[in-house]
Formats: sequence, structure tokens, C-alpha cells
Amino acid sequence: MIVDVNGTMVEVEDGASVIAALVVADTLCTRISVSGQPRFAVCGMGQCQECRVTIDGSKHRLACQTPCRTGMVIRTGERA
Amino acid sequence: MSIVILGAGPAGLAAAHAASSDGHAVTVVDDNPAPGGQIWRGGPARWRDPRAHALWEALRQRQHVRFIQGARVVAAAGPHTLLLDTADGPRLLPWQRVILCSGARELLLPFPGWTLPGVMGVGAIQALAKGGMPLRGKRVVIAGSGPLLLAAADTVRRSGGKVVAIAEHQGTRALAGFFGRLLLGHPGKVWQSLQLAASLLGVPYRHGAVVSAAAGDQRLQSVTLRHRGREREIACDFLACGFGLVPGVELGALFGCTISEGRITVDGGQASSVKDVWAAGESTGIGGVDKALAEGRIAGLARPINVADWQPLNWSGAPAQPRLWRPCWRPRFAARRQPCATCAACLPSFAAARMCAAAQLEPHARQLALAPSCKPGPAWGHARAGCAGQRVASCLAGKRPVCASQCFLPVRPA
Repeated sequence: MIVDVNGTMVEVEDGASVIAALVVADTLCTRISVSGQPRFAVCGMGQCQECRVTIDGSKHRLACQTPCRTGMVIRTGERA
Repeated sequence: MSIVILGAGPAGLAAAHAASSDGHAVTVVDDNPAPGGQIWRGGPARWRDPRAHALWEALRQRQHVRFIQGARVVAAAGPHTLLLDTADGPRLLPWQRVILCSGARELLLPFPGWTLPGVMGVGAIQALAKGGMPLRGKRVVIAGSGPLLLAAADTVRRSGGKVVAIAEHQGTRALAGFFGRLLLGHPGKVWQSLQLAASLLGVPYRHGAVVSAAAGDQRLQSVTLRHRGREREIACDFLACGFGLVPGVELGALFGCTISEGRITVDGGQASSVKDVWAAGESTGIGGVDKALAEGRIAGLARPINVADWQPLNWSGAPAQPRLWRPCWRPRFAARRQPCATCAACLPSFAAARMCAAAQLEPHARQLALAPSCKPGPAWGHARAGCAGQRVASCLAGKRPVCASQCFLPVRPA
């Protein structure tokens, strides 16, 4: 299935998480911290809140707990 | 009677199976997209444990069992009502009996560079790899403490990644003691460990080794390990560093259950200190999938006693945790405690902030806050249930007033 990561189309396996799509796209940044530093998934199970991305226009979605869907539009690197 | 089970891991599924066996309506709420929790991650298609399939097949045939996946408990919106944050928006869920099967989380401890992208937990790299994160050709350092390190190394290897080093914080003597206790208490697990170790032949396994720093520009590029007084820099793409599991007790706190020694306190029948609230699985003490299944079943079969002066059952003289479940692994963290963090900037009133005001690091505030080395004081409770939480909760609930002390929201790191 194909998803859009910051304008780049990447192919991921069925059932893959949004984090998987980000790594396929070589985007190791989900959000920018208040001090301007890039962050990425830490706990992998929905607790640390570091992997917040914007999915189909909806902000603060956890990339580690969201499975990819065909045509999904993922935006990362926002200050969140 | 409506029975609500929070968490769809082994304990939650076992509880749902037992609780629904005589026709009671059961609702299972879980924050993952598929049931199974962390140990049975990825949904039925990926399960290898036959017990998971047996439970799931039985539950699927029961019309009175309902699963709400991808939903998170936000607050107690009044007596016997939970406020959920679901993919379709907020939702109120009434309950008459609740069973907490909230599992465990990983203990992460800070070191310079721990917020760099590419640094994650040991359980995290397993979870993310199972979620399809490609590791082929990636160089991975695995560090921290506990048997999970070997399991994670095995997962990385199977996914095509290259484990360049395993750094176990405990020294050789402590490791030998652990294997001795394992042999006495859980001989089956020894075989499992030996198989894992055999599959990892050739991977450097250092005892008494500590991650002293992670470095890189915008993302992790190298890890510095301190071992036998020497520091060595290792180039890598990912660092998985974790110090074992700790019970997930936040939901217990939400319901006002007694929590001691970091576990939700339960009696011999899995009843918590609060009427109509039971707890099972890792949240009552780390013990693995067998303990979770047994406790889930006990909690699911329990029935409320309709008396005014209800008291939890006390086993006088019995150990808090039966020997079978007592963990062989008792990691010591004191040596890992490093000054950290700009959590001062994230949570000004937070007790840990004062503890570690001197450093230049950025912590993952929530993980730090939950680390036992940083005992949260009343200030933490304030931060958790503070104005932000209350605002979001009342907003979600359509302005329904929510008591601050009954609100649970993830405190997001800044």
C-alpha cells in the first residue's frame, strides 16, 4: 500500500504502522520539541507521546499506534 | 450488569472470557488498533501462542462481548462512568464492574543524547519491528538491563538488522545470580534463554556496561559505551535502551486504588482496595503472560459482593506475590541515576525537576516522571490532573464537569 510522507510516496506492507512508513521514507523525526530539537518514537506503545504526527489533517496522532491505510497523508516535523 | 475491562492483552482477554461465560455483557477497551496487548502484538493474524487464538475464537462467538479498539481512557466522568477518547471522538462508557488490565511499561532512564531520534526502549524496538518498521541493514546497539535485551536482539536479527553490541548494565556476578534463580524457579525459561543466546553467538555481550552518551546530528549516529573503565564509541542507526518493565498503575490511580511498591494492590481474588474494581496482569506486579492469564481469569470470575461495608479479602501471612510469580530479576538503578534535565522547563512544579536542575539534557518528561528514581510528589499529581488536563477533559465531555483528581491524561513532553 502507498502512503504520503511529507509529499514523498512510500510503499509499506499491509498492517504496518505509521512509524514503519516514516522509517521507509527515512524520516526520523515525528515532531519538533519546544527547544527546536527533532524527536522520534521512544516507547513504541502509546505512552511517551513523542511520536505525534499529523495524519490526514488530524493533529497529535500517535504514529506508533496508528496502522497505515492506502492514501494516508502523513505530515511530520511540526512543532508539537 | 455491565462489566468493563480496560486492556486487551492476555489478562484482559482471559478476564473477558471468564466474565462473559455466564452471559454478562462485557466491553473491552484497548488503545491499540488490534487486541493482544504488547506480548501478543499485531492482532490474531500474527499470534503464535495457541492460548491467544483459543481465547479470541471463544470471545468472537459471544455476541455479548464488545471490543472498543483504539480508545484511551481520559477521565472518570462521574461515578461509574468513564470518558474515552476514541477515533470517532469522545465517548462516555458506564460501568458497574471494572477490571484493570493495563499491563506494564518500560523503564527508560536518561543519559546525554537520549532524546535523539533513533534512541528508543528495548521493548519499543520489538514493538516497532513487529509493527513493520524496517530494520534490514540497520546497525543496532541494545543496552540497559534484563532478559528482554536478548529477546530484542533476537527480534532485530530476525528482522535483518545487525546487532553491533549488547550492553548489560548488571555485572557478571549479578547475571550469574539471576541465572541461578531462574534455574531454581523457572527451569523452562532457562532453556528459552539458552536458545536465545545461541542465536546471538558472535554478538558482543558486555556485562557491567553502561551507555554514557548518544550522539548525532538531527538523529542518532553513535553510542558511547563505558565498560571496564574504558569508553568506546560505536557507530549505529538505532539504540534500544531499557531497564526492565514496571507495572502500569495510572488507571489504578484514576480509580483511587491503593498502590504500593509500584503495583496495584490486590487481594487473593484480584480485588483492588476500591469496591467494584479488580486488577489483573502486569499492573499488579511483573510476572509475564502466564501470571496475566491466571489473574485475568480469577478477576473475570469474581462477582461483586453487595454489602455496604465491603472489605477486600486479606490473606494473613501470605506473601504479597506468590513464589511462582516473584521476579528473578531485580534491577538496581541507583548507579544509572544521572543528573538530568530540562524537565524544569516542561513541568515547573514537578518534584524531579528540582532533583536534576543542573543538567543540559531534555528528558522525556513523562517517562522520567514515572521512573522510580524520581519519586513524584504531590506536584506531579497536580501536573497530571492540572489545568490542561481538566480543560481537555471537560471539552471532550461537552463541558461536563470533571473532578481534577479523577482525570488522567498523558502529560505530553515538551
